Amino acid sequence: MRKKFWISLALLLVIPGLLFTVSCSKKKIKSQPSVTSSVEDEAAKEAAEKAKQEELERQRALKEERLKAEEEEARQQEKIATAKSRFENEDVYFDFDSSALLPMAQAVLEKKAAWLRGNSGGSVVIEGHCDERGTSEYNLALGDRRAKSVKAFLVDLGVSASRLITLSYGEERPSDPGHNGEAWAKNRRAHFIIE
Amino acid sequence: MAVRRSNILFLIIITVLSINPVLCLAQYDYIDINNPFLKKIPIAVPLFKTFSNKEVEKKISKNASRLISETLTFTGYFKSLDRDAFLEDPQKTGIVANRIKFKNWTDIGAELLITGGLSVKEDIIEMELRLFDTFKGRLLVGKRYKGWITDQRKMIRRFCSEVIHSLTGKWGIFNSKIAFVSTGSGNKEIYISDFDGYLPKQFTHNKAITLSPAWSSDGKWIAYTSYARGNPDIYIKNLQEKRGFVISKKGLNIAPAWVPGKFELAATLSFSNDQEIYLLTGTGKIIKKLTNARGIDVSPSWSPDGKKIAFVSKRSGTPQIYIKDIGSGQVDRLTFRGRHNSTPSWSPAGDRIAYTGIEHGQSNIYVIGVDGSGPLQLTHDKGDNESPSWSPDGSLIVFASTREGPSRIYIMTGLGTDQRRLLTLKGEQTNPKWSSGVINP
Repeated sequence: MRKKFWISLALLLVIPGLLFTVSCSKKKIKSQPSVTSSVEDEAAKEAAEKAKQEELERQRALKEERLKAEEEEARQQEKIATAKSRFENEDVYFDFDSSALLPMAQAVLEKKAAWLRGNSGGSVVIEGHCDERGTSEYNLALGDRRAKSVKAFLVDLGVSASRLITLSYGEERPSDPGHNGEAWAKNRRAHFIIE
Repeated sequence: MAVRRSNILFLIIITVLSINPVLCLAQYDYIDINNPFLKKIPIAVPLFKTFSNKEVEKKISKNASRLISETLTFTGYFKSLDRDAFLEDPQKTGIVANRIKFKNWTDIGAELLITGGLSVKEDIIEMELRLFDTFKGRLLVGKRYKGWITDQRKMIRRFCSEVIHSLTGKWGIFNSKIAFVSTGSGNKEIYISDFDGYLPKQFTHNKAITLSPAWSSDGKWIAYTSYARGNPDIYIKNLQEKRGFVISKKGLNIAPAWVPGKFELAATLSFSNDQEIYLLTGTGKIIKKLTNARGIDVSPSWSPDGKKIAFVSKRSGTPQIYIKDIGSGQVDRLTFRGRHNSTPSWSPAGDRIAYTGIEHGQSNIYVIGVDGSGPLQLTHDKGDNESPSWSPDGSLIVFASTREGPSRIYIMTGLGTDQRRLLTLKGEQTNPKWSSGVINP
């Protein structure tokens, strides 16, 4: 029994000792190289810094370019939207009881034809409207004539007829509800809606 | 409801008794057909005699006698005398010829007298109504009606039809209806009321612009234009069965007008790129093209024999009314006065056409002879007056007027007298069309 005890104690002391001996010696080997190559390290460090700076610069430049491109894109979109809204918001006007296209109406339609040729594909509804004078049935027919008159003019300017849909509202949808010459003039119109 | 209705008809029909034969008209003209409104016939309609003292009978007596008076004066032929002037009280004296002292009526100027007697038992009312010529002391019409209390208006209208028939030989307008457009619901929709404006009901519920109602001559169909599907299409609806057809060609499908006596209609279509009038079946199939001129051709109106149409055309530069003989193809211009004439309405009497003429910025109703005689201006200097439509007997005209501000439906005689508002609804009312006489017999 006493022999076993002394053997266990010996083991208990020997094994940790071995472990410590090993780790210590490892440490000793590490510290030695850093002291000898510090100069090389500095240069490398500087180079790395410079590279990092250049990289940052490049990134910044790229970002600026991207922003500029986005701004340009946005401006273009705005131009397109303005042209589109001008296309929709600019009506063409007529004389009383007439579907003839006055010179100003023709000028507006030329702009519209240009837009249509440059934005091919979609359809457009041309609405024909009248002022409240005259009876509702007659005005439905007159509004139809106005819309068709506009369509024919645009087709002559090269717009494909299949893109243009005409729809008469007669006197049923005035843009100005007034009962005077000013309101009537505003209501005798053709109006465009992009589908 | 259907069972009830047939019960009522059964009751009314089997218990209508002619109390005395109706006299032959030939010898005496009560109403001069050629100048019917020149002199209104004074008529007396005293309160009806009640057979018991019940409150309900007294109330009905008041309402019924007033309704007869109003219905008859609506025609424009009669002037109803004030009850305060009456010398005799039928409640006391009697309602049959041998009990009436006719001198008491001629003394106050009445040329015609209507007496009534009624009794009410629970929900059933029994009415006897008599029309007398006071100067001759003679019975002209005697009828007895029995039915539900709620049908008293029908009974009274039926009696008024008998009165008019005995005096003019025609059955009058009391069964007819008026369709019109009203904006009260927020959109233009079609409404229908009785000829006197009673009980207007909304007929379409499209929640979209709906216009131009047109009655078939048998009263079974209405055609109209609606933007329900985004395009002006013509809808053809059966009034009882709610079934129908649609005309939806590309472009306009507007201004429907039924051919008298046929399941066919004329309408303006523009699918061919010009606005022309076509003849179609009631199911919407094109039969043939009726007009053939460049420019607007719109608003057809048929002659009562279905052989001609009046319509609006701009072929000579301004909108004017033309007549086309469908058989021969001949087209003649009718209107030469004014620079804008439209909405022709051919009188059921066949000889005259009412229309809207715009002069110096004002719209007024004119009547012109089919032979070109006239025109006679019927409305003057009071707002805009448009869209005339004749009553089925050709005696009255319904039209739209803005003389009070918002557009309302008005009635006047064919000579332009007795102009008065028909009804007032929320919003504005326009575009009236009078049906034929054959509705709800």
